[in-house]
Amino acid sequence: MPARGWRLPRIEPASLAPFAALAFLVVIGTLLNARFLAPDNIANVVTRASFIAVIGIGATFVIAAGGLDLSVGSMSAFIGGSAILLANASAAHGFDAALAVGALVAIGGGALCGLANGLVITVGRLEAFIVTLGSMGIFRALTTYLAQGGSLSLTPDDLQDLVRPVYFGTVLGVPVPVLVFVALGAVAWVLLNRTPFGRHVVAIGANEEVARFSSVAIGRVRTITYVIQGACVGIATILYVPRLSSVTPTSGLLWELQAITAVVIGGTSLRGGNGRIWGTIAGALVLESVANIMVLSNIVSEYLIGAVQGAIIIVAMLVQRSLRRN
Amino acid sequence: MRHALIGLLAAASFAAGMGAHAAQAEDAKYTIAVSLPTADHGWTGGLLYDAKQEAALLEHAYPGLTVIVKPSASAADQASALEDLTAGTKPDALVVLPYDSSQLTGAVRRVKAKGVFITVVDRGLTDPAIQDVYVAGDNPEFGRVAGRYFVQALGGHGDVVVMRGIPTVVDTQRVTGFQQAIAGSGVKILDMQFANWSRDEGFKVMQDFLAKHAHIDAVWAADDDVAQGALRAIAQAKRTDIRLVVGGAGMREVIRGVIDGNKLVPVDVSYPPSMMKTAIDLTAAHLISKAAVRGTFLISTVLITKDNAQEFYDPNSPF
Repeated sequence: MPARGWRLPRIEPASLAPFAALAFLVVIGTLLNARFLAPDNIANVVTRASFIAVIGIGATFVIAAGGLDLSVGSMSAFIGGSAILLANASAAHGFDAALAVGALVAIGGGALCGLANGLVITVGRLEAFIVTLGSMGIFRALTTYLAQGGSLSLTPDDLQDLVRPVYFGTVLGVPVPVLVFVALGAVAWVLLNRTPFGRHVVAIGANEEVARFSSVAIGRVRTITYVIQGACVGIATILYVPRLSSVTPTSGLLWELQAITAVVIGGTSLRGGNGRIWGTIAGALVLESVANIMVLSNIVSEYLIGAVQGAIIIVAMLVQRSLRRN
Repeated sequence: MRHALIGLLAAASFAAGMGAHAAQAEDAKYTIAVSLPTADHGWTGGLLYDAKQEAALLEHAYPGLTVIVKPSASAADQASALEDLTAGTKPDALVVLPYDSSQLTGAVRRVKAKGVFITVVDRGLTDPAIQDVYVAGDNPEFGRVAGRYFVQALGGHGDVVVMRGIPTVVDTQRVTGFQQAIAGSGVKILDMQFANWSRDEGFKVMQDFLAKHAHIDAVWAADDDVAQGALRAIAQAKRTDIRLVVGGAGMREVIRGVIDGNKLVPVDVSYPPSMMKTAIDLTAAHLISKAAVRGTFLISTVLITKDNAQEFYDPNSPF
């Protein structure tokens, strides 16, 4: 088995397909409005894609293993709200304490939420769709409860100024969130493609029975994919909160669908059995670019944007599919 | 003949109704059911907060009065909730802010058929004959107030970008009002997109507007949540051409800013969720003191400036 896993990487046309779709969009975007390629606009779009890219990296593990997590958007709002409340409460002990508490609550809380999802699915032997649909409702309602329907903001304002560079800052001209998802993508790629754990993830996604006979600890591997997903949601939340310094009951709305779409555009099968980390990141960029192109173009009525967005995604997928056949 | 018969039946049922009412008046126990959307964004959050606050206040003032506040998560949920509220026992009055006018008109009509006094808030039913009282904000005026302010504050001309809400009648009325108010002036709408009354969308759409247009004089966000998002995007882009950002509804932080003399957001346009309080009060007044309340109450839309901001400021509101 290891001999197959360590096969020299060769670039398959299929793995390039999502990038071809992205290139296709860049051409479309530039044709519609030359300002699409302005450095500021590109930076905006790539930075905005970071939430879905990071969550999508986690979703790639879950989906590669044949699972599904619908709770990620609500989870992000919930742990974001919790992190804000606890950071505010500890601000009295200094801002360092507040930042440490906030970051810990976000990543630790995300991992715990993921663990809860994973354990209910594996130990309770329930369908991932139902379990995470349930937790999606739970996390959303808890957020609304915490915010009492209003919004939760970081206070005092100095704390807001302190965290702002996490979203708005740049290192050598590259926005911080972009560095985060590139680094996370590299780590995730190694984990999925170069470790026994990664092979087990793909194996249980391809055929759970065969994996079971190969003595793969299915429950444990599957649970860990949800923990990874939760931790990724935590990281995405750390990037998200500094942007507006607040969480509202609509934060993270529909992120689960966007993350799943990014994973699928990226070339991971929704049925499991393979996972493409960089493809997922390209998928997240495709989604965000489509939305941006729509606003920049002058030809589409604001009422029809959803329809054109849907059509562009389908065409981009067709371009990708035709590449894969060759 | 047939008409006379119906009239007789109506009179008889009216008398029976009066009898029941008189019996109730002796032990003076009344129930008001309040059905409204759940707190899914700032404005509805304020709505729920106000409904609960008024319920507690009235129950304290009138010991015989019970106010049940029941939020629902969707139009379908609300239809079920209306059935539940009137199954078995029935409240004396229903205060309802329907999720969706056309979808809930039937459900409210069935409650009405059981002899319940109906107060409709903000979003009107498609059949106005159902309601006994209608309390509403003035949506066209919401747009006109903002539009008139833009014309005045921009000195008669400038380029404005508009962030619309969720595609609904409310949104269309507001935008039409705004367009009417700026018509004939030099204030022009440069671009218009839906931001769905969401902070995140406000941020995104504003970033894209800034990338698309080299010069923007003012932003009409039409909602305070959206304006918060837009302000962050403007701050990030370090653009100095934008002189004015106006939201709407009366969010606590924004009113605070108006009081403190915020240069970029010097005013707000009121669309107070506390119209829910007005509706519950009127309903209670009808039940308890038999005050004449039947009719339509249009809550005026007011330009909130430094002079009157204090009146709209509730430091404890979640909104």
